[in-house]
Amino acid sequence: MPFTPPPVDDVLAALTDRFGGIESSVFRGQTRVIVPAEQAFEMLGVLKDHGFDLLVDVTCVDYLEYRDAPMQMPACAGHRYGLVYLLASTTTNQRLTVRVFVDDPEPTVPSVVSLWEAANWLEREVWDLFGIRFEGHPDLRRLVMPEEFTAHPLRKDYPLQGRGERHNFPVITRDHS
Amino acid sequence: MAVADGAKLQLPENVVVSRLDALASWCRKNSLWPMPFATACCGIELMATGASKHDLARFGAEVFRFSPRQCDLMIVAGRVVMKMLPVLQRIWLQMHEPKWCISMGACASTGGVFDTYAVVQGIDRFIPVDMYVPGCPPRPEQLIQAIIDLQDKIQREGTITGREFDTASRQARKRALVEIVNPMALDASRNPVLQRELAAEAESFVAGS
Repeated sequence: MPFTPPPVDDVLAALTDRFGGIESSVFRGQTRVIVPAEQAFEMLGVLKDHGFDLLVDVTCVDYLEYRDAPMQMPACAGHRYGLVYLLASTTTNQRLTVRVFVDDPEPTVPSVVSLWEAANWLEREVWDLFGIRFEGHPDLRRLVMPEEFTAHPLRKDYPLQGRGERHNFPVITRDHS
Repeated sequence: MAVADGAKLQLPENVVVSRLDALASWCRKNSLWPMPFATACCGIELMATGASKHDLARFGAEVFRFSPRQCDLMIVAGRVVMKMLPVLQRIWLQMHEPKWCISMGACASTGGVFDTYAVVQGIDRFIPVDMYVPGCPPRPEQLIQAIIDLQDKIQREGTITGREFDTASRQARKRALVEIVNPMALDASRNPVLQRELAAEAESFVAGS
């Protein structure tokens, strides 16, 4: 029996009251809303006040050349990066997916560390692997890749085998060890 | 005892004659202390090799130590990512001579199936390796075979004074004493990303002045 979260109609109504028309869709009983980047922080704050006290995940998708037809994908609407915020409420068990789309050259969204502490490392990871800048993050350093790494490797235009980084180390031979 | 020309050497009971080099090598090969550098599933087989069923103690190599300063055999078991490689190199440099290295499994030897930006494609590109063990992961018997082969190699090559290590370049200041600097910064000529950044920096500097 698959888990079906409780409906979030009350949340959508509250958002519509506050922000006007909200773009939302439902897939297998799970609701997602699409938020413009400039409203993202405000709306996530409203959602937190509404009872979404648990930030499950922050992640990102690079839609570059996605199925060769990004414009036809309603999910990304022609944008390159789609951030995904997975929210949950520990009291009502409601779940909500929030999508925020950003684009090159400087993909930037406001940080939500001030709302959920859990966002700290999640946003650092997204910054590390996708190069999305989180405005207002207290400590936006790389999380996964080495500090001296210069690229964002989960972007689709980054080659799978890298740009020579994995070969760039001093060679220790028998003679100098 | 003096031996006259043509006379046959008479040895008392329980006395054998050997070369001192061979004796030193015999001691070394039968008391290998492995340094387990286990990063992935090969590490599980490495532990099985040391455990009672396969019992590496039969070959004198059961004393696993987690301090490189007490070890003379590094067993690299598993994939090594580029963030781990400086650590691997430092641990190798911290081990005392004479020392040997076994590259266990496909990933340590070649990168295995992980042909990605983050995984080093064979540790032998960056540290010396004496024995390679094929397999994904290799069975404990294969690792034991590699250790036996390594013992043969030690017996063949070793000298009590370490002459085999006594080359001119070895007299230079030991790398272990030199701080390993940021590996990316070490050699811009081999890092195209760094080159581009340096070029862009130089350009903006010229444009700004």
